[in-house]
Amino acid sequence: MRIQMRIRRFNPETDSKPWWGEYWVDVEGSDRVLDALHQVKWYQDGTLTLRRSCAHGICGSDAMVINGRNALACKVLMQDVGDVCQVEPLRTMPLIKDLVVDMEPFFAKYRAVLPYLINDQLPASGERYQSQEARERYDDTTKCILCAACTTSCPSFWANEDYIGPAAIVQAHRFIFDDRDTAADLRLRVLNDVDGVWRCRTVFNCVQACPREIDVTRAIGEVKLALINGLDD
Amino acid sequence: MIHTHKFETIVVGAGGAGLMAALYASQGSDTAVLTKLYPTRSHTGTAQGGIGAALGNLEEDRAEWHTFDTIKGSDYLADQDAVDIMCQEAVEVIYELEHMGLPFDRTPEGKIAQRPFGGHTSNFGEKPVRRACHAADRTGHMILQTLYQQCIAHNVRFFDEFHVLDLLLSDDGQATGVVAYEIDSGDLHVFHGKALIFATGGFGRMWEITSNAHSLTGDGPAIALHKGIPLEDMEFFQFHPTGIYKMGILITEGVRGEGGILRNRDGERFMERYAPNLKDLASRDVVSRAIYLEVRDNKGIDGGRYVHLDATHLGRQVVETKLADSAEFCKTYLGIDPAVEPMPVQPTAHYAMGGIPTNVDGEVQRNAHGDVVPGFYAAGEVACVSVHGANRLGTNSLVDLVVFGKRAGKAAAAYAQQNDWAELPAETWEPTQAMLQKMMEHDGQYNVADLRAEMQSLMMDNVGVFRTEEGIQSALTRVRELQECAQDITVMDKGKRFNTDILEAIELQNLLDLAEVTAASALARQESRGAHSREDHKDRDDENWLTHTYATKVDGKVSLEYAPVSITIHHPKERTY
Repeated sequence: MRIQMRIRRFNPETDSKPWWGEYWVDVEGSDRVLDALHQVKWYQDGTLTLRRSCAHGICGSDAMVINGRNALACKVLMQDVGDVCQVEPLRTMPLIKDLVVDMEPFFAKYRAVLPYLINDQLPASGERYQSQEARERYDDTTKCILCAACTTSCPSFWANEDYIGPAAIVQAHRFIFDDRDTAADLRLRVLNDVDGVWRCRTVFNCVQACPREIDVTRAIGEVKLALINGLDD
Repeated sequence: MIHTHKFETIVVGAGGAGLMAALYASQGSDTAVLTKLYPTRSHTGTAQGGIGAALGNLEEDRAEWHTFDTIKGSDYLADQDAVDIMCQEAVEVIYELEHMGLPFDRTPEGKIAQRPFGGHTSNFGEKPVRRACHAADRTGHMILQTLYQQCIAHNVRFFDEFHVLDLLLSDDGQATGVVAYEIDSGDLHVFHGKALIFATGGFGRMWEITSNAHSLTGDGPAIALHKGIPLEDMEFFQFHPTGIYKMGILITEGVRGEGGILRNRDGERFMERYAPNLKDLASRDVVSRAIYLEVRDNKGIDGGRYVHLDATHLGRQVVETKLADSAEFCKTYLGIDPAVEPMPVQPTAHYAMGGIPTNVDGEVQRNAHGDVVPGFYAAGEVACVSVHGANRLGTNSLVDLVVFGKRAGKAAAAYAQQNDWAELPAETWEPTQAMLQKMMEHDGQYNVADLRAEMQSLMMDNVGVFRTEEGIQSALTRVRELQECAQDITVMDKGKRFNTDILEAIELQNLLDLAEVTAASALARQESRGAHSREDHKDRDDENWLTHTYATKVDGKVSLEYAPVSITIHHPKERTY
């Protein structure tokens, strides 16, 4: 089928502001939006610029706004986009070129929540034990691929770029609720900040945006509850 | 604009091997990691099923059984001393990953959970054993995330989106650094180092149907080849039996580990005929060939080029918890629920057994005699230690990258401590800049995407699961023409900022150079062993071919040398499953 791609373009070397590029592509319904973007880049306009790598929803490179919603271009099929497929870079992030945005502010927030297991006590030999229930407690938030689809879909983040954002909270959740970790207090202190977890207004955009189907708002809610009630031991 | 940096250890690539190497190198030397992606985008993250180690958490298991399985799986081409080190050290390194926080699944008593995987057996081939330590079916994702987390905790210095374009050797042949292209600015950076570790991954994008990311274009081995360093055993490339039909996306072997069954158009469990003992859990090369033979025998589904992977009898609980990602791929891309319907699968180009030759400390060898390039290390899929020989067992890629990533990182740090800075060559960035400028200015007649697509179908048809002299020769001839065409292209993007157009052109040239070496190595090897299956030489020939291939490019021609295999434990036997 023949579908029109409307792609938000911006070349920092030649353009003073972004503009819409329009292209026609011939695709199968089962093709991905990424395939359509490649068709434009490879056969029509080599200057079209985007990030991509694994092309099946694991590496998190190609998050963008597709027909108004945040998604990975490799996980949206052309049969689901209608007659016109409109593609834009992630909102709020500093724009570099076309669909490529500056990820550094996003990763800085990720690093702020101490995203690594903290526990100085090692067993004398072998692994630490962990019950299946304890492992299950934080399973959902281990799925995060740091694609930024959630954070950049969040109206609180649009309103205030200092908000730490859902992705960083998800990453914090993954350690706060891991019973092998000993530094939940440090992370909760970061998230209790004025630009921390309380900026979440439970809009649920993040849940819709997450390509890994993480229940992001629930995770944020659990962190809020931990701040109010303390963590269960 | 040219920038210069000095780091004692420079790691290129930030997948599992690069990050593990960086963690260890940074504990003994000032270390920088360069990656053309962001670290968390690396392809290690897509590994699914598990990482093998003889923990024996669910039943008796021993490292020497793992060693045996790996050697047998390799069709006796692996270096047995290296395999022994890998399988022994796997156990401790799994505990180390757990201590770093890796969220392994757990047994009811809270130990690391393990499941069966293809070719892994107890008691030297007797029956399948539960050896693959897993975290749902996103084990690679968990490894990549955990190692990146640890790098953050240890303040490892990253240069994200820096594409390395050249390797710098001193006049006396020591590794002294790299030239990298900063993707955002288009500037060149010279990194001067004492020790250099290549961990750039594989090159599955050489083939049409592949599980590999777009970024897996073999930049590391191609750059090494250009500098006169040999590539080992390039004729051995693994086709994983179960890629999603037409797309190549991997469906984990864990499906079969959990009890999934391959069926042909008659619904027959055909693996019973090819591997009566291990059936669907035979080695990957065996299963991929069986699928090809079924298809050739008109037993593909609806007469097509695929078979069914049936998990419908496993129950929704198993499919949605233990095989969640594979199930999701099927739903997203095929609209199929694997708990109800079988999955259409075909072999998909998956993993390079060959690569830059190294010893067990990751030191790169500059010839078939084992002499090393001082200061140069390689680890992970880019390297050929060789622990996988002619065919890698499932889970052993992850074992390889953590065990040998660690060893290379430690060895590089020790080297950096013990040695002074070697002098950079007289020219560093100049040849790279000249190359880029020439590409930018050239108004050629070919399109990169067209050339790439032709290479991919050529390699798929002629240097794939089954091979003949005629087919390989025709591919080789055409690849050489395509190399010429790839010099006569037009780069459409003439800008400096984030110019992925020119990088795709360079990646294509890299892939073509590796395709030439792959085809030339495959043409010469007149036997069938592991993943290299010659229809005109159907048997393994230990008398003439129990050897590693070392391919170099000398004066524009591929030159092949051979080195003996280290046979220290198990004498080669007939390989049946």
